[in-house]
Amino acid sequence: MIKLPEPVDQIVVNLLKAANTKLPSDIGWALEAAAGWEADPMARVQLGAIMDNVKKAEFLGRPMCQDTGVPTFYVKGRFNASIRGEIAKGLKKATETVPLRPNTVDPLTRKNHGDNLGKGMPAIHYNPTDDDFLEIAVLIKGAGSENMTRLAMLNPSDGIEGVKRFVIDSVLDAGGKPCPPGVVGVGIGGTADECVAMSKEALMSPLDAENADPLLKEMEEDLFVKLNGSGLGPMGLGGSTTVLGVKVRTAYCHTASLPVAVSIGCWATRRAVARITGTSVEYTQGADL
Amino acid sequence: MTPLSERTVRGLKVGDMVYLTGSVVTGRDEMHIRAIENSRHGRPVPEGIEGSVLFHCGPIVVRDGGGWKVVAAGPTTSARMDSLEPEMIRRFGIRAVIGKGGMSKEVGDAMREVGCVYLAAVGGAAVSIAESIVEVCGADWQDLGMAEAIWRFRTERMGPLVVAMDSEGNSLYENVRSRLVKDV
Ligand code: SF4
Repeated sequence: MIKLPEPVDQIVVNLLKAANTKLPSDIGWALEAAAGWEADPMARVQLGAIMDNVKKAEFLGRPMCQDTGVPTFYVKGRFNASIRGEIAKGLKKATETVPLRPNTVDPLTRKNHGDNLGKGMPAIHYNPTDDDFLEIAVLIKGAGSENMTRLAMLNPSDGIEGVKRFVIDSVLDAGGKPCPPGVVGVGIGGTADECVAMSKEALMSPLDAENADPLLKEMEEDLFVKLNGSGLGPMGLGGSTTVLGVKVRTAYCHTASLPVAVSIGCWATRRAVARITGTSVEYTQGADL
Repeated sequence: MTPLSERTVRGLKVGDMVYLTGSVVTGRDEMHIRAIENSRHGRPVPEGIEGSVLFHCGPIVVRDGGGWKVVAAGPTTSARMDSLEPEMIRRFGIRAVIGKGGMSKEVGDAMREVGCVYLAAVGGAAVSIAESIVEVCGADWQDLGMAEAIWRFRTERMGPLVVAMDSEGNSLYENVRSRLVKDV
């Protein structure tokens, strides 16, 4: 573990406060752009109300949405095993101070301890490297969007068309439930579990970060155009703004498989990243993990 | 303005935009289950549910002196309550349901029968809605946790709310769905 200028739990509190109260600027710009071209009057009202809410949340330092989700953490760089407990400590503190809604319950008894912890929590993905920094990222989205997550184990013969079909159906079947317009994360390949993880991780990258793979870039653009041409619109009430961006990630998979996962991020796809070196902590609102 | 009369509610048509002033009660999955159970067994339910405006919402609320302050209070996904809502509407004569994402045809049937509408709030617009809540008048069933408990709010010009399902069985969601372009 590198020497830290600030304790991890405090950094986690800062991350959760920043992510919940300030919408990433790339998503804010995308909303503004959408409001500029959207012609449907009902859709314009929805977009206007969202942007108004974002401004108020930032000004008042309050969570922009009451569903502060089950935050997913991504840890990268140099760290040791104690980081889990420290992130948990930060999450518990932030639950009281930001405040966050106590969301976690036992899946069967539905018992809620009020601190956003419990067995298996917090949700953390680890990526240890030899770099001289520690990066802690957090992604927040509510159950409205998380509940719309889909995984399909397609046949390899379904190909690119089959993948696109599944993505479009997943978004349109979700309708207004995940509070569109948001970001669509797509994972293609890997093992089933990796595929879902990739689709969610994709939501961490800023909308203006271009996909380096030309094939994937084309697929993202194509899905973006088709989804916005679907007519679903903001909150599923009609219009030409259904998504603000599409992000695709791939990994090699079994020759007999074609896994596809879709993670839908609501308009309130909240993210924050802290890059920590021995002397400084730098905060940003997104990163290609 | 609450209380809403059946006549007022039946006068609302899909696509109308309204602002609500008056009382609303919150209720999600657990509240529906318990309220229906209690009513079936003749046990009492907290005041304010009968004839109410039912808000699908699990707010963030903090203690403020002796009372409460609402920090954030946007709508939750209504479809989770699809299987419970028809009985809820019929038993308690609910006049309006506020939520997001819309509800099933069975809920629409109960709305037509009783005289009730579905009002779509802007999903995630939690701070704006919290600002329109001028008073927390009461809290019940706190054992269900902050999100699932019953909160009674007094609102002033809460909105914009879109009449997305009316008492004649029309649904804006259905209209949009039937026109969707699904081409790959
Ligand atoms: S889907 Fe997102 S914006 Fe909508 S209520 Fe849930 S967290 Fe909030």
